[in-house]
Amino acid sequence: MVATNPERPRVLLYEGRSSKPMDVALRRQLVPSLLDRGYTVTRITQTASLGNLGHTELIVLGNFEQQPELSSDNAALRIHTRDVSSDTFETLMEYIEGVAQGVSQARPHWKPWFPVIDYDRCTNCMQCLSFCLFDVYGVNQANQITVQNQTNCKTDCPACSRVCPEVAILFPKYKAGPINGDEISQEDLRREAMKVDISSLLGGDIYSMLKDRSIKAKSRFSKERDDDRALKERQRCLDKLNSNVQSLEIPAEVLSSLPSLDQIQAKAQQAKHRAEQALAQQASSRESTSGGPSEDPSTTRPSH
Amino acid sequence: MSQTRPILYCRCAYAKVVPEDVKDQVLERLLDSGEPFESVSDLCEMSARKDPGLIPLSKQEGLRIVACYPRAVKWLFSAAGAPIDPSSIQAGRIEILNMRSDSSDAICSKLGIPGGSDPESDALQRD
Repeated sequence: MVATNPERPRVLLYEGRSSKPMDVALRRQLVPSLLDRGYTVTRITQTASLGNLGHTELIVLGNFEQQPELSSDNAALRIHTRDVSSDTFETLMEYIEGVAQGVSQARPHWKPWFPVIDYDRCTNCMQCLSFCLFDVYGVNQANQITVQNQTNCKTDCPACSRVCPEVAILFPKYKAGPINGDEISQEDLRREAMKVDISSLLGGDIYSMLKDRSIKAKSRFSKERDDDRALKERQRCLDKLNSNVQSLEIPAEVLSSLPSLDQIQAKAQQAKHRAEQALAQQASSRESTSGGPSEDPSTTRPSH
Repeated sequence: MSQTRPILYCRCAYAKVVPEDVKDQVLERLLDSGEPFESVSDLCEMSARKDPGLIPLSKQEGLRIVACYPRAVKWLFSAAGAPIDPSSIQAGRIEILNMRSDSSDAICSKLGIPGGSDPESDALQRD
């Protein structure tokens, strides 16, 4: 088992047998700093046994009266022990970062924005798959909707969550509920009931409307000579555009980077086709299992 | 009882959605309490990377996860291929504490960490 964050060693505050607790001020400064830099930090007190979280490097910090004897079921674990009794925050960070640099590559960039599906609520209706133009969604072998390409997701765009009729798509870093995972209120449910079905949105060609408005906004912007006026105008256009798609909360950056209308329509058709195919396969497999016609997936929640 | 249950603290380091004062105070009091704990930089990031380190954590009996909304945490673990047994959550064997909506006092009180002004915390300390 290898943790996918191996570029950061795990840091262990050892305050167990034959050691004294770390200096309070040092500990208070050190731990949040390490966590903010992407380290996993563990403190053990009673036991000398470590859970295996998949790291290959372990830095053990403590005020040792004698060297700690630690046991782990991870045979590949390399242990770096450091007595911190004469360390300052700076010297300790330097030591830890030194170990990390020696054993790891640069930390890859990660944007904290991707959808998570609440399968207690998801009805596998495939509206998210049909809606998303960036291939974030796909279906697994059981023809169940799944997040397949999370890195394709556009930062700050919760539009798929907005069109989900069951409030089943979460963005944990979103500012407000229920999209951030907060409990769903009666008011949320009432709002969801008023949502327009995505197929009718597609029928009404929401994408061509979005693209058209985006082109107009860009065109007006390019004709402007005065920078201030241009900026104001662009903002006005974006505001206007936003007001039309306000309920979807698609960021202006995403709108202005949409591909051509033909490409959008082709994408939408492809996504719709994939969704229909998955639903048909799911219905057919249900039929063959139950020996009878399947239930309508748009009204039935899969059991998990 | 609560003193022996493992604690997992999430720093939510990649976004400013958890109030800074709450996550700082909870961590500080956790550190000062002398309790053993596990802490990670960001559960969302671990979930996005499908970090296998989440599997042993999800199976830890009695685990108390100090993070954000329980619904989000539950499905983040699930998305990482480390689902938390729903019956464990229902029965309270695994508990998810929410730093986005609760105060540091309320969180620490639920963890049984001293120093809070919450009456429930005082009651726990008396026990």
